[in-house]
Amino acid sequence: MNLLEDEVGRMFLIESSENLDLFDQDLLVLEKSGDSPEAVTRVFRAIHTIKGGASFLGLGKIESLAHAGENLLGRLRDGQMSCTREVAGALFAMGDALRECLANLQTIASEGETDTSALVATLKALEAGAAGAQDASATPAATAPVANSAAVSEPASAVVSEPSPPPTVSHPAPAPEMPAPAVVRATEGNVAAAVAPNIETTIRIDVEVLDKLLNLIGELVLARNQILQCTMTEDLVTLPAASQRLNLVTSELQQHTMKARMQPIDTIWSKYPRVIRDLSQRTGKQIRLEVAGAETELDRTIIEAIKDPLMHLIRNSADHGLELPDTRVEKGKVAQGCISLRAFHQGGQVNIEISDDGRGIDPERIKATAIQRGFITPDQASRISDRDAVNLIFLPGFSTAEKVTNISGRGVGMDVVKTNIERIGGAIDIRSKLGTGTTFSIKIPLTLAIIPALITSCAGDRYAIPQVNLQELVRIEGAKCKTAVEYVYGAPVYRLRGKLLPLIYLRKELALDEPGVVLPEATSLEIVIVQAGDHPFGLVVDSVLDTEEIVVKPLGNYLKGLSSFAGATIMGDGKVALILDVLGLAQRARVLSDVRDRAAQAAAAVSKGSQTSLLLLAAPDGGQLAVPLSTVARLEEFPVDRIERSGGTECIQYRGDILPLIKLSAALPERRTGARAVSAFVDPNIKSISVVVYSGLEHPIGIVVHEIIDIYDGPVEVRRGKGREGSVGTAIIQERITELLSLDEVIRLGQAQRHAAEEA
Amino acid sequence: MSNQRELCTFVVADLFFGMEVGKVQEILRAQEMTRVPLAPTAVRGLINLRGQIVATVDMRRLLKVAPRAAGTQSLNVIIRTGHGLLSLIVDDVGDVVDVPDSDFETPPETMREARELVVGVYKVEEKLLLLVDPEKIMQLMRSNEIRS
Repeated sequence: MNLLEDEVGRMFLIESSENLDLFDQDLLVLEKSGDSPEAVTRVFRAIHTIKGGASFLGLGKIESLAHAGENLLGRLRDGQMSCTREVAGALFAMGDALRECLANLQTIASEGETDTSALVATLKALEAGAAGAQDASATPAATAPVANSAAVSEPASAVVSEPSPPPTVSHPAPAPEMPAPAVVRATEGNVAAAVAPNIETTIRIDVEVLDKLLNLIGELVLARNQILQCTMTEDLVTLPAASQRLNLVTSELQQHTMKARMQPIDTIWSKYPRVIRDLSQRTGKQIRLEVAGAETELDRTIIEAIKDPLMHLIRNSADHGLELPDTRVEKGKVAQGCISLRAFHQGGQVNIEISDDGRGIDPERIKATAIQRGFITPDQASRISDRDAVNLIFLPGFSTAEKVTNISGRGVGMDVVKTNIERIGGAIDIRSKLGTGTTFSIKIPLTLAIIPALITSCAGDRYAIPQVNLQELVRIEGAKCKTAVEYVYGAPVYRLRGKLLPLIYLRKELALDEPGVVLPEATSLEIVIVQAGDHPFGLVVDSVLDTEEIVVKPLGNYLKGLSSFAGATIMGDGKVALILDVLGLAQRARVLSDVRDRAAQAAAAVSKGSQTSLLLLAAPDGGQLAVPLSTVARLEEFPVDRIERSGGTECIQYRGDILPLIKLSAALPERRTGARAVSAFVDPNIKSISVVVYSGLEHPIGIVVHEIIDIYDGPVEVRRGKGREGSVGTAIIQERITELLSLDEVIRLGQAQRHAAEEA
Repeated sequence: MSNQRELCTFVVADLFFGMEVGKVQEILRAQEMTRVPLAPTAVRGLINLRGQIVATVDMRRLLKVAPRAAGTQSLNVIIRTGHGLLSLIVDDVGDVVDVPDSDFETPPETMREARELVVGVYKVEEKLLLLVDPEKIMQLMRSNEIRS
């Protein structure tokens, strides 16, 4: 039977999942207090409802689990036993098992294969005996099967086999029995992912809000009738009044509808106490969760979008932020760590803060890791502030956890959190003080449904760019148009206040022009400077029109795969305009030419005023060339007779490896001729060759140069843009005109040339 | 007593199609469209259907038949699919016809253009009516993209 096709079944799934959330919350209260009649009653009622529904729908497994749990809870309710940690552990395990069954019902339309009989036995045993007596009998029966069953999560086994330590110990046993934590985690994750789609599409609304909406709709209908009447009778006197009324009603309707979509942030926060409980059991840390501003309201699409990032941050705080109780006491803090959540409205935005009073982030350690991973150079590290250093943890692939644990630090790191938050137009920042704690603050817009945007036009169509991505507008007119755009490796860049800004031509990126059509020369250049993640870039459009508040509408399933668009909107004239996804557009552009990034870096390194180390070379024609020293591994001199040929390539045996050679003068476009390119070392007068060994690749490559002159350290000002292929510009160095080369490009040219020669 | 089916019919090039009446929401004259760059070739653009944004698929492009001659009219058939509303551009719309199940046959293996869209053929007077499954449109759009 497929429950999803059945109204009763669907209701059961939604209701049960809500009941389980309540169950978790109340059980936590119960576990803490040991005995709370109200909480017991609510927990009992939740499980009873699930049991009833399951038995009605013939779901045997859920029913038997819930039945066993209900009986145990019955004894708690009647005051015959109190809620010890083992009882709570078993009940939590039951909740998790029920969740898994529900998730299975949605995905594979059955309760799943996992064996729950051990858990049922544990629950029954707990119910049957006095706590001490049954403990011994239950343990062998329960733990063994539990250990290899994914359904029963680890708390059950850990708790049952432990001789019930009191809930608040200063030394919680550091969870010695963790049979398969990874498995437990995976199950939990799946449940959350699987239950989500169905549950999150339903929403509970206050009837009052609905009534208000209906009233407004009534007003709207009246206003429409009035206007219809006016236009039919050509009554131009009452028309202005009627349209004024329509305007008012519409705005009010808009407000109230938005309000109906708002949900308190508590809808996601209420799940955290349980998460914290499990985390503290697993890590052996004592954690207190403080919550403020849980009633802060957010649009439900935003709630959905920040759910995972927030969870990640909380896990992170618990896992990496807080110290173990012993360490805390040593440092003079209270043994119990504290994670606090705060949410509040400010300036039309919602702020969310997640703080811990743990060890804080050590900027020096972050810098060291960043240098080790090659994100920054030691020189850069010495210049950046501690605050910037801490923000380095948002770089992709950055993880400072010394050991990767199963709670956090599994590669999907902080960069994903940052990306997800930026995708909805938010921002994230860290403040951290070594030894006293870390605070993540997140700012997000109230809603995604209506956003301010800049309307631009390109090739006859309008495109909206969300204001949150916008930085500034640049307009270049007249003759300057032709010189304003420079090229690095064929990638267009614009010099904005001395910094090179990569440009994306919207026409080209979106393939708006019919192939083969030659456009008339533009008389002005409109650059919209936008920020995607950390990288600003310029978007070249035909013209900039206006800023407007736009209503964001989804593109629909048929066009889902288009990452360059965030959606569409309807303009005042009723036509549809697409909304650009700046991040998606940037990613797409970068995928098409990943050289662009490197080009920008290389160009930035040799652009105006920067201190650069260059290796100066002499060209055969007497000119001076330069390459960045940072890309040079070694300089070598080899006798000509050491050159060997292998597979059509000149090579040299070098440090136990084979060093393929590329001749610089042959690789550069102007001087190359087919014959010289293939066999470049035939001149009998030359006894030895100078080789620059390139360091950028996995295997070294040697570039044969005419003569090495010197190493130059100092400022370099690029005077002219890119000339021929392989060059990034021209500068004056030591009073000589010097062509700046990129070794990456030279190697690429040399290799392409060799392939061409081989084919010929 | 054989069962009957009500089909809404439309013409694309020289092909005569039918779709279950329940799946067709409305028929509109040619609408003003906004093109979608980088979209699958069959997608002509987006239309504003009373505040809802609906993708428009040109049936001729989807079936890879010759494009409509310039200046000839076309109509939009708005259909309901499992993936939401979709607008189909067709050459002309015919009557709603009742067809008995007894006239139904699976499409011949040798059929070319519309083979992937068509779930069956009805023999009606003098011509063949091809029954289109709306759920297969997305599939065909995707496979067209992969092939090209």
